[in-house]
Amino acid sequence: MTAPILKVNGLKKAYGAIQAVGGVSFEVMPGEIFGVIGPNGSGKTTLFNSMLGQITPDEGSIELNGKDVSKCGPLELNRRGVGRTFQTLQVFGKMTVRDNLIVAAQEHKGTMLSRMFAPSDSGLGDRADALIKRFRIEHVAHLKAGTLSYGQQKLVDIAMAFMSEPDLVLLDEPCAGVNPSLVGGISTLLKDLNQNPHSGKKSSFVVIEHNMDFVMDLCHRIMVMVEGQVMAVGTPAEIRANKQVLDAYLGA
Amino acid sequence: MSKKQILFGLAFGAVVLCLPPFLKNYGVYMFTTWLIYVIATMGLNLTVGYAGQKSLGHAAFFGIGAYTVAILMKAGFSWWLGLPAAIALCFVLGVVLGFPALRVQTIYLAFATLGFNTAVWLVMRNEEWLTGGTFGLNGIARPEIFGYSLKDGLPYYYFVLAIAAIAMGLMWGLLRSPWGKAFQALRDNPIRAESLGIDTRNYTLLSFAIGAAYAGIAGVLFASLVDFIEPAPFAVGASIMMYLMVVVGGSGYFLGPLIGALVGMVVPDWIRDVFPILSNWYLPLFGGTVVLMMIWLPDGLMSLPDRIRAKRESKLASAKRADAKSEMAAVMGEQK
Repeated sequence: MTAPILKVNGLKKAYGAIQAVGGVSFEVMPGEIFGVIGPNGSGKTTLFNSMLGQITPDEGSIELNGKDVSKCGPLELNRRGVGRTFQTLQVFGKMTVRDNLIVAAQEHKGTMLSRMFAPSDSGLGDRADALIKRFRIEHVAHLKAGTLSYGQQKLVDIAMAFMSEPDLVLLDEPCAGVNPSLVGGISTLLKDLNQNPHSGKKSSFVVIEHNMDFVMDLCHRIMVMVEGQVMAVGTPAEIRANKQVLDAYLGA
Repeated sequence: MSKKQILFGLAFGAVVLCLPPFLKNYGVYMFTTWLIYVIATMGLNLTVGYAGQKSLGHAAFFGIGAYTVAILMKAGFSWWLGLPAAIALCFVLGVVLGFPALRVQTIYLAFATLGFNTAVWLVMRNEEWLTGGTFGLNGIARPEIFGYSLKDGLPYYYFVLAIAAIAMGLMWGLLRSPWGKAFQALRDNPIRAESLGIDTRNYTLLSFAIGAAYAGIAGVLFASLVDFIEPAPFAVGASIMMYLMVVVGGSGYFLGPLIGALVGMVVPDWIRDVFPILSNWYLPLFGGTVVLMMIWLPDGLMSLPDRIRAKRESKLASAKRADAKSEMAAVMGEQK
């Protein structure tokens, strides 16, 4: 029995009288793609922000590889192997695509002082080029990221999260605002990165997404949240067949 | 580097090396002033242009550098001790001024740094026992190097040129290193930067500290150039002017300060000299030009080549599209 990479235990967070997350527990296994779905206001984002160190939960614990990280900020979590993408575009607009990727991993190498004397690409040029190729953005690699189309920037954004070869990647609505024709491409890419990351080790993902087809196709297990509580956890097939979920959320 | 860039570089090097000996004293003085402001604004360009921290307190560090060397030399210390002391003091105070930047940003940070500048200026003006108050400090000798006196204008110019070249080389190395990318990431998107393991706190503080150290170097060289300092050149207005030089030259462009300091310091004097009739009109002209530039060229003069290139590329692209369209129309016509 392998140990879970991420273990969330009895997580609670309230904003005033509103209990955004009311005691959520789940585990993510190494190499697993874990989806979180639920209607607006069900607490997904609060849960996500707690896991990312953006907000401190009121109660409960978050363990990464068996170590408590409930008190860690975003910087510390990233250094411990958690990558993330954002719901809205968050690239470095005035830097080239290639530099965006390099800067996404350079701080994982050496110390601040040694980086002052490190080569311009921190020795990450090959890794960046490999990801650029994998994401099929070679033709725009030399352009400033802010000049790209929305879909291309989204790809850069996702690629950046993988540059530091994280153990766990949290994807916040990777398909939001993306042209439907690109959604399939993102799904394929993510499966590919999960199965066979460039480092040879498996990454685990936690995905929040509203696009049901995408989630059902991509995830190994799915957690349904409603009003800050876990309604169900299971494989896509189980979730599809769950009467309660159908009534509350899928509505089909 | 392209051939064009190398040619430009060589021509530029030839001008700064060979022209000054043919100039009158005043011309040499202006060239030296220009280089001093280049060093100062290069530091501000790091803080503002690369790291995105809106600082309106740069002239305070310029002044702290100048007063440090003047006060130390009054106390009998060597210029060569004054320089590192000024750099160190500015670096430390730069870190201190960086702390507000961890809490406030944009216009609020500009106001906070403006307050700092005012406070420093008041110390220079009011603490007569230390700074000489409005009477200032005089008799700031120029240094000697290996027993060779830099008292005359031209040798001092070459000395400042050498220091400016070293300062530029170091800055270039820093910006080329991973630090340069981290500063730009901090400027473009601090929240994203932090989520990628970039210690935004350290880089914010260092962008202020290194920028301040450059202003300190410039201040020391300035004090020795003018031989007499008083608070006026280090007031808030000077900070705003330096910020303007960075913006006019091209914020975040490595060579921006060269042009910015030229436009801000040398051109006004040159115009006064060559077109005396315009001398009263220079400031309104300069102000008007800046307003127009902010509308049509907000990224500064150094962005001009990028602009032209982008325009040419988009022209090419639309020509291609037009070709494709007419071809398409021809094909469709045949099909009818």
